[in-house]
Amino acid sequence: MSNRSFRDHPLVQLTLVRFREFLREPEALFWVFIFPILLAAGLGIAFRNRPAEVIRVVTPSAALARALRSEKGLDARQVSAAQAAAQLRSGKAALVVSGAPPGVLFRYDDTNPEGRTARMLADAAIQRAAGRTDPVRSSDSLVREPGSRYIDFLVPGLLGMNLMGSAIWGMGFAIVDARRKKLMKRLIATPMPRRYYLMSFVFSRLALLVIEVVAVLGFAVLAFGVPLRGPVWVLGGMCVLGSLSFCALGLLIASRVRTIEAASGLMNTAMMPMWVLSGVFFSSQRFPDAVLPLIRALPLTAVIDALRANMLQGAGAAQVAPQAGVLGIWIVVCFAVALKLFRWK
Amino acid sequence: MTPPPHPALRVRNLRKAFADATAVDGLDLEVRAGECFGLLGPNGAGKTTTIEICEGLTAADSGQVEVLGLTWATQAGELRQRLGIQLQDTQLSDKLTVTETLRLFRSFFRRGPEVAEVIARVQLEEKAASRVGGLSGGQKQRLALACALAGDPDFLFLDEPTTGLDPQARRQLWDLIERFRASGRTILLTTHYMDEAERLCDRVAIMDHGKTIAQGTPRELIASIGGEHLIEFSAGDATVGLNCEVLSRIEGIRDVRREPGSVRLMVTELHRAVPALLDELTRQHIPLTELRTHSATLEDVFVGLTGRHLRDE
Repeated sequence: MSNRSFRDHPLVQLTLVRFREFLREPEALFWVFIFPILLAAGLGIAFRNRPAEVIRVVTPSAALARALRSEKGLDARQVSAAQAAAQLRSGKAALVVSGAPPGVLFRYDDTNPEGRTARMLADAAIQRAAGRTDPVRSSDSLVREPGSRYIDFLVPGLLGMNLMGSAIWGMGFAIVDARRKKLMKRLIATPMPRRYYLMSFVFSRLALLVIEVVAVLGFAVLAFGVPLRGPVWVLGGMCVLGSLSFCALGLLIASRVRTIEAASGLMNTAMMPMWVLSGVFFSSQRFPDAVLPLIRALPLTAVIDALRANMLQGAGAAQVAPQAGVLGIWIVVCFAVALKLFRWK
Repeated sequence: MTPPPHPALRVRNLRKAFADATAVDGLDLEVRAGECFGLLGPNGAGKTTTIEICEGLTAADSGQVEVLGLTWATQAGELRQRLGIQLQDTQLSDKLTVTETLRLFRSFFRRGPEVAEVIARVQLEEKAASRVGGLSGGQKQRLALACALAGDPDFLFLDEPTTGLDPQARRQLWDLIERFRASGRTILLTTHYMDEAERLCDRVAIMDHGKTIAQGTPRELIASIGGEHLIEFSAGDATVGLNCEVLSRIEGIRDVRREPGSVRLMVTELHRAVPALLDELTRQHIPLTELRTHSATLEDVFVGLTGRHLRDE
């Protein structure tokens, strides 16, 4: 076979075929590349951090209003007593200040953090206006750093979800479709080594993974300044391990199914719990402690936790080893069971 | 070239049962090297199961299968390299082009012609860069044949190669199959078209209910039913009163068979039998409403053996 080119190796041909079939399917391109970017953009805009808000306080007294305006964190308005009461009830104002020095009355809802903040700011402003001098001089240094925003939390979640969806759907549909069309049976009627057929799915997935990860992360970094604090090779390695574990799961799901409908049902059944539990949109820590070990054993949780630790906290290989271990077990177990069960005809 | 010492295919006492039916029930076959052998039979006769067992795709319950002197149990890898296989209704990937599809298939075989040459052999040069999804039924079938030829096989298996094609596409495919046979290689094909079997096959086995009920060249099989011609006539309601006993004694008539609404006669000498038949019908006062004659075909062999037509559903 030395006289035949590398391109004519069956594994290369099978992988190229997978690649072509994927790239010639516009819907698949949309879901794998465009959708996660649109989702990240939409959510990034919806949850962007706004500048610190000023709080509306109202008072019938012109003198008090003047004193309150010296505080930048407050939006003080002078209104009639009736309007003040109405604005407090309707939530337009967080605090009503009435009376006049030396005795003022604060009316507010103490279960509303805004009300409590407004009370503290208003009290300090009135005391300073009345001549209080503070024994300690304080000044502020404001910190609004990337890494602690919602978009920073969201991007690793979306990336993990995307790795799962593209691997499971990519494997599942292609395999079941080939079986349904008897294309798989036709291929095993040739001398094609069967392992090459399955390997071609994994290889094409890993090649597409590079494009997918670069597209999603590139967008997140350029558009939102999402940080990549950890070693990039660890990030890449976790993406590969994650994708392999989802490929294995997809192969297992597709190992015996004959119809697209049955495959869809199984794939959704496998993915739905992970969408909810694995912390794509909110931290999985919010679930009861008793189920957390189970949630951490899910492959999507392992991928997302490792990606977040790497990107946001700068975790290296040692820190994400537990997650890598979880993924390794999924890969070995699912591939082994899938190969045992696999139906070639 | 001296003929190989073994037949291309030897099948002995083959059996295969599925949960709901026995598909192959004690089948024997022998295909000689270099011949085109046809398995002819109605749908459900067990043709596809038989050919897929020979192709190593389905395991038999019992019996022996030897292909090119090799067995699936011990020499599957070698066999796969030497067989060309076309399955019934495989859908090749619509999104690949003809060239890409064949390049894939070619990559599985150690030897074989260049991709462009295979495309030329099945006359798809103009479609080489077209997507499979845009091909006509006949072109798809020729591509499927090309995939089977990608490894320059010694033995070609074709399962219903022309089912569902229009007459022109069928003739085109027959030409290609004949060309392959002319190169001295062996073919086993299944079909439920008698004209296909008569045109392509050196020898035919007629299958019914998982068994072969007749084997031989198309000419031998046709001769075996005792006449080269058939007469079919109907006489409306008067057919009921017909005395068949008398008809069967007419010179040249070998067999008389009543069918619903008509009568079929197997005839050796048409020129003697027809006048005699007309005289006899006139004598019995039977008014003819229809009279047809044709040369006997494999269909008639099947009808003669089973009382049913090949295409009865």
